[in-house]
Amino acid sequence: MTETVKDAETTPEVEQPYRELGLKDDEYARIREILGRRPTNSELAMYSVMWSEHCSYKSSKMHLRQFADKAPQTDALLVGIGENAGVVDIGQGWAVTFKVESHNHPSYVEPYQGAATGVGGIVRDIMSMGARPVAVMDPLRFGPGDSVDTRRVLPGVVAGIGGYGNCLGLPNIGGEVVFDPSYAGNPLVNALCVGVVRHSREEPGIKLAHASGTGNLVVLFGAATGGDGIGGVSVLASETFDDARPSKRPAVQVGDPFMEKVLIECCLEVFEADLVVGVQDLGGAGLSCATSELASSGDGGMRVWLDRVPLRDATLQPEEILMSESQERMCAVVEPGKLDAFLTICARWDVLAAVVGEVDDTGRLTVEWHGETIVDVPPRTVAHEGPVYERPYARPSWQDALQASSPDALTRPVGGDELRATLLDLVASPNLASKSWVTDQYDRYVRGNTVLAQPEDAGVVRVDETTHLGVALATDGNGRYTKLDPYAGAQLSLSEAYRNVAVTGARPLAVTDCLNFGSPEDPDVMWQFAEATRGLADACLALGVPVTGGNVSFYNQTSSRQTGDVAINPTPVVGVLGVLDDVRRRVPAGFAAPDEVVLLLGTTRDELGGSEWAHHVHGHLGGHPPAVDLAAEKALGALLADAADESLVTAAHDVSDGGLAQTLVEMALRRGVGAVVDVAALHDDPFVALFAESVARAVVASPNDRAADLESRASSYGVPITRLGTTGGDALTFGGLFSVPLADLRTAHESTFPALFA
Amino acid sequence: MTPKVAQGFRVGVVTFPGSLDDADAERAIRLAGGEPVALWHADDELRAVDAVVLPGGFSYGDYLRCGAIARFAPVMTAVVDGAGGGMPVLGICNGFQVLCESHLLPGALIRNDHRLFSCVDQELVVENASTAWTADYEVGQRIVVPLKNGEGGYVADDATLDRLEGEGRVVVRYAGENPNGSYRSIAGVSNERGNVVGLMPHPEHAVEALTGPSTDGLAFFTSVLKASVGA
Repeated sequence: MTETVKDAETTPEVEQPYRELGLKDDEYARIREILGRRPTNSELAMYSVMWSEHCSYKSSKMHLRQFADKAPQTDALLVGIGENAGVVDIGQGWAVTFKVESHNHPSYVEPYQGAATGVGGIVRDIMSMGARPVAVMDPLRFGPGDSVDTRRVLPGVVAGIGGYGNCLGLPNIGGEVVFDPSYAGNPLVNALCVGVVRHSREEPGIKLAHASGTGNLVVLFGAATGGDGIGGVSVLASETFDDARPSKRPAVQVGDPFMEKVLIECCLEVFEADLVVGVQDLGGAGLSCATSELASSGDGGMRVWLDRVPLRDATLQPEEILMSESQERMCAVVEPGKLDAFLTICARWDVLAAVVGEVDDTGRLTVEWHGETIVDVPPRTVAHEGPVYERPYARPSWQDALQASSPDALTRPVGGDELRATLLDLVASPNLASKSWVTDQYDRYVRGNTVLAQPEDAGVVRVDETTHLGVALATDGNGRYTKLDPYAGAQLSLSEAYRNVAVTGARPLAVTDCLNFGSPEDPDVMWQFAEATRGLADACLALGVPVTGGNVSFYNQTSSRQTGDVAINPTPVVGVLGVLDDVRRRVPAGFAAPDEVVLLLGTTRDELGGSEWAHHVHGHLGGHPPAVDLAAEKALGALLADAADESLVTAAHDVSDGGLAQTLVEMALRRGVGAVVDVAALHDDPFVALFAESVARAVVASPNDRAADLESRASSYGVPITRLGTTGGDALTFGGLFSVPLADLRTAHESTFPALFA
Repeated sequence: MTPKVAQGFRVGVVTFPGSLDDADAERAIRLAGGEPVALWHADDELRAVDAVVLPGGFSYGDYLRCGAIARFAPVMTAVVDGAGGGMPVLGICNGFQVLCESHLLPGALIRNDHRLFSCVDQELVVENASTAWTADYEVGQRIVVPLKNGEGGYVADDATLDRLEGEGRVVVRYAGENPNGSYRSIAGVSNERGNVVGLMPHPEHAVEALTGPSTDGLAFFTSVLKASVGA
């Protein structure tokens, strides 16, 4: 029997399964206090799902405030944190919206569908800002490449991203594939989408999730609602995996990319015709989330007729309909006079649409089921005024010992032969090997505006075909650095993403982040989180790039009888968006031609804590990560933008994981143009010159007649610059040390993934 | 010397629900000097176009079988009629699958032999430079255009393959290693008259140096403009 508000009022003593739904005793007590009675089953479902960690950010909220409090002053930010995605002004009447989000737990349970619906969800977030999605990218992290579990999860995740994204017609332009034992049993599947919208003060194109205007109609459109993903948010995203429990497979949503594709086109036509007041996607927490957020952000209340929701499964109970996370659904607020036009466009695209509610002036969200009121709540208490926790945190007892375990004690290769062997070993290691086995499963060409895509440092997409305006996007994260020093590690993630955007010639403009951490109930993890958010906020301020939005993913840890409770390395993944006023001036990563000058920008230090070398060769994690130097990063970025504008460089590639050696290998292999270099001037120890991971560095190639100009500009920006050698030939030669034919490098670099996963 | 292009040569691009490369095809037509005309799957007429492109994508989600539902779209009746009358029709990727399902071209496309979706810059050899869509190429010319699909394996019975080869109807073939298990490395075929061509690779993604691996694909779209002048 469906429970009405009246039933709840008359039976205060009924015991409710709030604990099973993830609510704590005090949270349940607060719901009773808000309502002045016990909640109905439907209300309990709504509160439980909206007050889950995933939806309410209850553990992270107090730390995330720093992103607003310390935000750098910028005119570019049109919509900041708190909406479905941030929006930045890139000039010429164009605005860009972008966001990265996690779909970690579902992707472990059901790799294909989990990853696929992760793409679908982030794409709908971008659509709900009124924008056309134009590209996606996927930062991925797995356990060891050769583990049984990674071999199960990775191919499914990659196929799911490809299967869904390719079918949407969105080019996949970048991302990451990283392996570390800490992600075993808890892969990180993050998804980023970027969209563009025409926007000016005179003709605003941006849409917001606001339900305003009494009498306006709430229209649910897209797929019909089914039983998939019921409780997905609260059950999957907010509890630690426990191998003693039964399978949770049914809680993962199932995606239909074809439905999403027609929904995109339908939405864009609706936006173009100016037919909506507000729009919201249905993702985690489904209708509960969409209706309460729309009403909470609006200026009145909302009345929903739940029995009018089109169903795939007629047996669904009202609380299940409210909780369902069926994919490919959107909710719009439409003026009654525009409803016919709205429905006509839906019909043209064969998209199901139903009026399921209306905006009213009650200040309350009420839900009716066949004439009976089953929900009657103040919407803000559901959507925006959930619990806030000040979780205890403390520097872990093991942190000092970890930092004391210096990489200086590790055996280093000496002499040409050992250095050569180390280089070949590293370029073939899973973290540094070619990822084309993965990225070739993604369509990078569709829409015809992809200017750069993986394995370039950043994806570059043309926004305006007439003016050549475009954007560059890169994501980076380094869990090892962040484990060694969460404050610095988060800053280093930003530093690298900033650099990856800058090497293309773009000016970095704004940031999105996906903060992947273990359990917030563990003070060690909470300290990592507090330090990382503090570090990231400080670094964003220093670099002048505001955080526009993102997502927090907690509980990334696996409890098992064998290994105990293990949290992942703290992994803030940072996405940086940059602008290229003319994408024709973008700088690719690979050497373009022989007989050009190869130069290193930046300073190389003996910094190998948390490095790929220490990780891959010695299985070592200890010491301190490379020193953060945001001023140097900013100067490097400014120089690179200038060099691109003036056509001083034909190639530019950042130096990061694996050091200078890896950078040169990738530049040479990209188009099969080798180089002869001498690294003696960089450091007394050639090992340090080749494999150290010092920040704020990039290698560039410059035509002979432009190199002197580049050098003088570098000195005016205060960027150290060193001539390393000359491009050309079919080998990579380190003068006085060793030489490797490109063919051998290619074999080493490109064989690893097919051997592991094909 | 550039042969004369017909003024306002109109090339229709059909959008089915789930079509993805329709905007790309329209851009390629524009860059070639033609006038792209958007056609809608549910319409039963072709808006007086001179040629038609069926673009890549996943029409109707590729549910049931690639191209199997699109074949029954109202617009296809007009396309089949036009093709019968000699109108140039180019099917790219999903469009090729639709042409096979519509029996405008022989054979079928099945899942790649390696079972994965694959997006690569593919070298091709042009084997027939006298179709409506390939007249601007030379026989034996090698071109590089993107190949991206999950179901790109071209199959037909031996008699059909022999006939296609005998009649010079293999339009393009994969160079080097066979990327997907297509029989006899066939990447594209034509009908007997040479006005209907189906390709798995995507020439519309190789029309600008900025965004493609080459500009080798543009000639498919310039060819049709000229072919029609003398037709």
